Amino acid sequence: MKILIFAETDENGNFKKDALEIASYASQVSSENGGSLIALSFNASEPERLSNYGVQKTINAKNQELNNFDPEIYSNCISEIFKSENCDLLVLSSSSNSKYIGGILSVKIDAGYVTNVISKPTMGDRISVQRNTFTNKAFENVEIMKSKVILAISKNSYGLKENQINSEAIETNFNISESRNKVKSVEKTSNKVTIADADIVVSGGRGLKGPENWHLIENLADILGGATACSKPVSDLGWRPHSEHVGQTGKPVSSNLYIAIGISGAIQHLAGVNSSKVKVVINTDPEAPFFKAADYGIVGDAFEVVPRLIDKLKEFKSSNG
Amino acid sequence: MKILVCISHVPDTTSKINFTENNSKFDKSGVQFVINPNDEFGLTRAIWFKEKNNATIDVINVGLQDTESTLRKALAIGADRAVRINHDPKDGLSVAKHISDYIKLNSYDLIIAGRESIDYNGGMVPGMISAFTDINFIDKCIDLKISGNNVEASREIEGGKENISTHLPLIIGGQKGLVEESDLRIPNMRGIMMARKKELLVIDSDEDYFATHSKDFEKPQPKGEVTIVQADEVEKLIDLLHNEAKAL
Ligand SMILES: Cc1cc2nc3c(=O)[nH]c(=O)nc-3n(C[C@H](O)[C@H](O)[C@H](O)COP(=O)(O)OP(=O)(O)OC[C@H]3O[C@@H](n4cnc5c(N)ncnc54)[C@H](O)[C@@H]3O)c2cc1C
Ligand SMILES: Nc1ncnc2c1ncn2[C@@H]1O[C@H](COP(=O)(O)O)[C@@H](O)[C@H]1O
Repeated sequence: MKILIFAETDENGNFKKDALEIASYASQVSSENGGSLIALSFNASEPERLSNYGVQKTINAKNQELNNFDPEIYSNCISEIFKSENCDLLVLSSSSNSKYIGGILSVKIDAGYVTNVISKPTMGDRISVQRNTFTNKAFENVEIMKSKVILAISKNSYGLKENQINSEAIETNFNISESRNKVKSVEKTSNKVTIADADIVVSGGRGLKGPENWHLIENLADILGGATACSKPVSDLGWRPHSEHVGQTGKPVSSNLYIAIGISGAIQHLAGVNSSKVKVVINTDPEAPFFKAADYGIVGDAFEVVPRLIDKLKEFKSSNG
Repeated sequence: MKILVCISHVPDTTSKINFTENNSKFDKSGVQFVINPNDEFGLTRAIWFKEKNNATIDVINVGLQDTESTLRKALAIGADRAVRINHDPKDGLSVAKHISDYIKLNSYDLIIAGRESIDYNGGMVPGMISAFTDINFIDKCIDLKISGNNVEASREIEGGKENISTHLPLIIGGQKGLVEESDLRIPNMRGIMMARKKELLVIDSDEDYFATHSKDFEKPQPKGEVTIVQADEVEKLIDLLHNEAKAL
């Protein structure tokens, strides 16, 4: 079995955590099934770094045109390498950009495509995997009926596993034609950690009473190096930007730690955060449904508990480096 | 301008998720079905184009007869015509292939699908349609302005948004932001009456094109009890998160 991963980089050419996670995943699959693993990256500054995660060969494309994401150009380049290297399995992350091109790629290479994958594939006559479905309310076991396969791995479902090997990095250059989309501008809301990338997410609900109190959420997120998020009514009321709304109809969160403050825990909210590993709730109402979904809880007023938590975390951080 | 809105028929967000037939099928009993929320944002945006740019709107679903109530709701909200491809799709590829074949026979300027359906969460149908039809695609679209053939769109990216200019024909994966929650329309009596008279075309299909087979489903293990920490002992929470949960 020959496996290709698409290893995404940030604007400085460093591999994203997602890229290292799918490398870890694919390297395990490859060693269990006697396969080989290659990676494709675009303008990576240190392509050889993937050897720490079990990648045998990294093909690093050097093209100016690949500095900014474009769905047509990216999917053309990836399918070209998949075909020329005679690969069987393509592993993608669940980043916005990878999900954008996953469907396109599956048609281009005539592959069976499965998203939100949370298990390693089991091999038999056909490859099977487990995935999240019904917005984290269930798991589905899926069998792939085609010989070529694309798996998009759910974030944080496998983790990073170092596995240093000897490997090579080679450079390539694509012939790139013009795209139909022209990117005019990019607006970043802040330089802070995004919900998708964060290990820790601090989220506020209607219990915080108004946008003027959001310094509590922001300060707590800052000290934890986490991202800020909110419940749907909070973004509907315009207290916070829509990009922070998490839940079934908003963003999914699969962080290591999710702290919910003044959020009741409605089923639509929980659906979006169920796949976070550890959940903490702070709420005045001991009957709030979030207490049934959380690992740790404090029954108390956010306006008293959160400042105290921030102070104690400062002490903790200074004594734990 | 001719618009096609893809409508996925999904369980209401409050539905209990259960399975039948040895956990191989979603249990529809007692479940209320609705228009997939991402599709509803797209449909509402389409209605704005109808009102301001004189667009016509067709809605399409690949499914069996039970999805017609959802298509009728889309007609009651303001779509002009509904199409149901009479086929029980096995996966996203099967949906995308059927819709693409329909698009090739009936040209559209704008095709609106949702970024993701809230039932199977495939997130694949619009991208696949774009590849089958070679129509340009913008995913996670949160703003869409059209004048003549020119399109100004925005898409959500991690930590912000990207502004794109392009041309029709176009397919988008839509979501909230195309319109806001407060812009969504509840069908009124007149709309419901009119919807009964609008055309709902059923097209039979014996094409069986798919790539994956859903074997069975499992439900997550019930969670253990929550550990409660007293409000004046937050240092205990920090200790638990650090030493027990290893999350700090
Ligand atoms: C179709 C549909 C889709 C939806 N999708 C989503 C979604 O994706 N995401 C989402 O979040 N919601 C979603 N909702 C809304 C959801 O049903 C709830 O209404 C929403 O999650 C409630 O938000 P909340 O917990 O912030 O507010 P509330 O339910 O008002 O809860 C506020 C909580 O704060 C507590 N509180 C009050 N004061 C304090 C204090 N001083 N200190 C601490 N706690 C305090 C209260 O006890 C209460 O539990 C959806 C609804 C529908 C119908
Ligand atoms: N059976 C279907 N009929 C029509 N459109 C669908 C169907 N399933 C999915 N779609 C469209 O494709 C989008 C993404 O669905 P999915 O790829 O299943 O997450 C949905 O929001 C709909 O717009």
